[in-house]
Amino acid sequence: MSATPDLECIDLTKDFNDFRAVDQVSFDVPPGSFFSILGPSGCGKTTLLRMIAGFQFPTSGDLQIKGKSMIGVGPNKRPVSMVFQHLALFPMMNIGENVGFGLRQRGVNKSEIKTRVERVLERVGLPGITDRKVDQLSGGQKQRVAIARCMVLEPDVLLLDEPLGALDLKLREHMKVELKSLQAEFNTTFVYITHDQSEALVMSDKIAVMNKGRFDQIGTARDLYYEPHSAFVAGFVGDANRFEGKVTAVNGDAVEVVTDKGLQLKARTINGTVAAGQRAQVFIRPEAIRLAQNAADADLGADARNYTVQSVLFNGANSLAILRDAVSGEILNVTLPQTGTFLGLNKGDTVYAQWNPQQARCYLVEGQ
Amino acid sequence: MTSDKSKLGFYLLLAPLLLWLVVLIILPHIGLFFVSISEKVGVREYETGLGNYAVFFNEPLYWRTFARTAIMSISTTALTLILGFPIAYYIAKMTRGRTKTTLFLMCLIPFWVSELVRTFGWMILLRETGIISNALQSIGLISGPVEFLYNDAAIMVGLVYTSILFMIVPLVTTLDSLDDSMIEAGYDLGGNGVSILREIIIPHAMPGIVSGCIVVFMLSLGNYLTPILLGGKDSLWFTGLIYTQFITRFNWELGSAFGFLLLALSSGIVFLGLKLSRQTLTETMGR
Amino acid sequence: MGMKTGLFTTTLLVTAMSVTAAQADTLRLLTWGGYAPDDVIEMFEAETGHTVEVTTSNNEEMIAKLRATNGGGFDLAQPSQDRITSAQEEFGIYKPIDMSRVDAAQFIPSMLEATAGNTTFEGEVYGLPHVWGTSGLVVNTAQAGDVTDYTDLCDESVAGRVSYRLKRPTLIGFAYSMGLDPFAAYDDTEEYTAILDQVEAALIECKANVKTYWDGGDEIKNLLRSGEVVAAMAWDTGGWQLNADDADITFVAPEAGALGWIDTFVLPARGRADDAAYDWINFVMRPEIASMITNTAGNFTAAVDGAVDVSADLKARYEGSFDQAAIDNIKWYPPVPAGLEALEGAALDRINAAN
Repeated sequence: MSATPDLECIDLTKDFNDFRAVDQVSFDVPPGSFFSILGPSGCGKTTLLRMIAGFQFPTSGDLQIKGKSMIGVGPNKRPVSMVFQHLALFPMMNIGENVGFGLRQRGVNKSEIKTRVERVLERVGLPGITDRKVDQLSGGQKQRVAIARCMVLEPDVLLLDEPLGALDLKLREHMKVELKSLQAEFNTTFVYITHDQSEALVMSDKIAVMNKGRFDQIGTARDLYYEPHSAFVAGFVGDANRFEGKVTAVNGDAVEVVTDKGLQLKARTINGTVAAGQRAQVFIRPEAIRLAQNAADADLGADARNYTVQSVLFNGANSLAILRDAVSGEILNVTLPQTGTFLGLNKGDTVYAQWNPQQARCYLVEGQ
Repeated sequence: MTSDKSKLGFYLLLAPLLLWLVVLIILPHIGLFFVSISEKVGVREYETGLGNYAVFFNEPLYWRTFARTAIMSISTTALTLILGFPIAYYIAKMTRGRTKTTLFLMCLIPFWVSELVRTFGWMILLRETGIISNALQSIGLISGPVEFLYNDAAIMVGLVYTSILFMIVPLVTTLDSLDDSMIEAGYDLGGNGVSILREIIIPHAMPGIVSGCIVVFMLSLGNYLTPILLGGKDSLWFTGLIYTQFITRFNWELGSAFGFLLLALSSGIVFLGLKLSRQTLTETMGR
Repeated sequence: MGMKTGLFTTTLLVTAMSVTAAQADTLRLLTWGGYAPDDVIEMFEAETGHTVEVTTSNNEEMIAKLRATNGGGFDLAQPSQDRITSAQEEFGIYKPIDMSRVDAAQFIPSMLEATAGNTTFEGEVYGLPHVWGTSGLVVNTAQAGDVTDYTDLCDESVAGRVSYRLKRPTLIGFAYSMGLDPFAAYDDTEEYTAILDQVEAALIECKANVKTYWDGGDEIKNLLRSGEVVAAMAWDTGGWQLNADDADITFVAPEAGALGWIDTFVLPARGRADDAAYDWINFVMRPEIASMITNTAGNFTAAVDGAVDVSADLKARYEGSFDQAAIDNIKWYPPVPAGLEALEGAALDRINAAN
């Protein structure tokens, strides 16, 4: 018997006039997990989050928290709390008053508010700052105060609306780790929305990829990365080289595609989704491509081809080589392994590249 | 060289302000002060003394009118705030784009005509044979004509109407700067309408409230036309007393003393208001 | 070079302008509404080449304005005759009239003489009569036909439907109506105070009867026209204007006597265009011009034959309000001694404060 999910959405739909922002979304979030909703801006993820928080009411469908329907329940009556994009700490109050706000609304007595506020601030690693003003804190400290302000109410679900968006890169990287450990510390269900795939991939137990109001795929970070169910997920999660062409042969989940410029590709598809003669797109991750300086390299398979280096984009661990296929002229981005082998790679050099067809994904081009 | 030039620019820019302050505000007040401390002892004979101020404190009519004016101005300010706040909140938070501009403009429309015309408008509405009295009679709520004019309530209506814009403008500005997510966060953390208004919206809008109140209070206290035209037999207003002393009694000495007392009163009440609301003048006016 | 020429031209221009100014002046006239109609100004400007700038005001503001500038800012003013000597004594804001420059034959001799007597200060004459009129009662005869004297305003039958100003004419009117003689007591402070005390008591008692104390001419006319007020103390012209719209409303000369005033010509002490001022005085006292002014102001002038072109309607209304006995009974304001206003002011304040 599985536990009641902390949050469950059933066919949740939201229409604005003639525009459907959220389209029949269904999912559930088990207790104590970190659930992310990942999607580009305008995909409907903010509307979905605001429906969970109670600021907007669904047009149809149901939304349950701990098994109880929240339809018609106001935001101040729901056992969820939200960390806002810009945190929304109250500048007119000091930190203690900010964190104690929710408890005051519940009529908790003063001395208990004091102890509980101090305890939660200690748990987020900021003991003894109750008398400070909001503008005396650093960006990271404000994040933690915003979380403490929610967590002091012991909500069933904590909603986070891209709270790292306003931070600089270094701090953002640091806060990703910290948020994950805070979630583990409180053991509360987090629902996190973001358009930044790396935030979602690093922190989440499960990620839902949202596109045009729908969930394209729900799965672990690994699932989404290695087994994307759609062209959108394949393109949105991680980087990929994308080719479009005609399917020439299908054998189970193995397909062959010839791009418009004449490059022959082998790839894997989901059984029965493409047929010969249809147009299809193929995604190959730059980091899934093996590279060698000569054709005889033991690592390369028989189908290795030679390419000309068009340019090298150095970016530390994320350095890329842009290669051009000698015959068809197709462009291929390849992650440069930082093993020292390719230190001297220059524009115009010839290299050999090859990938496992299992790592190349093929999807039907929609609208045929 | 550059610093000399920028200094010159600084003084040139400062000059009109200084000129305005000195010539139009400080000098007349110094003159007024000297007039206020000269007592008339005979034809073209004056002595220096505080007799005019003593007259004020010894004549109950004067200090009662003074107190009455202060109390009614404070009530007007409170009423304007109570009426203006929801309007400002609606304009700042519930409307967007063109609706917002339109509503804001509608608040401005009465100010396209002079105060005199606006006050006459109220007289047409409130008088015994006026629109309100007639309308109430025709729907049968009252049996005979009723006089709404010539009482303190009519003065209050006129003053609130005259000054409400000066409450709405600073309130809209401060409420506009309140991030919607603050209010949502308040609800999300379990607050209700009242507690959010009290703990989040009002504290945030405090500088706007205080600056609006200062302006409205000053405008009401210094108003002359509205109390004279809308008020009744007993509705005295302190500025009316000052006018009477200067113009009909030819008693500039007492009039100047009254003027100084009014200045002291308004400064005192504004100071008290700032202290009570824990705001500073720089905070409220500097925004 | 260019700058020098510019400067030279400017100098020339300024000189030229000041030369013209010496011949044709700008007359800054401080007067009452209706005393300087546009058509009269046009005729005057066409004939003399002067230009006229009119500022309309009332007695008290005229004196206050001239006091503030020590008699500057205007070239000719028109306060009532009773307010001239005291203001001159206190503030020295006027200069004497040069009778040799006035065409005295245009003035009704008795009025010229009376005004000269009332406006003489330290041997010099300061005022010439221009427009005269009275204040008394304006009554809606259909609804308050019984109101024939000032004290009738306090009658039960008109409770809540009367209005008067809280100003000195009210004190004086009531005093006469109560059988007292305030003008005779003008120079006797003690007696005048005693009169004021009685009037004060009467007016405090009468306060409940009053709908509102009126302030401006338009206000009282609106109150009477709408029927909200049926009897009031007001000027004769106001009553006659209302009579034109509503035959029931008219001016009534009170039994105790209407209060007569004469508005004058005076020269402010620091006036700069005396020539234009005398030209104006001699111009507006011509019979046909005086009639034009009477037609707009509603009051008659001190000009000989000044009623020659006055409209028949106005004459009829005047005769309806004043028979010979009423004219003989007019109480003309004598000069107000300095300091009297302070006594009256205190009485008015107490009436205002009473509940």
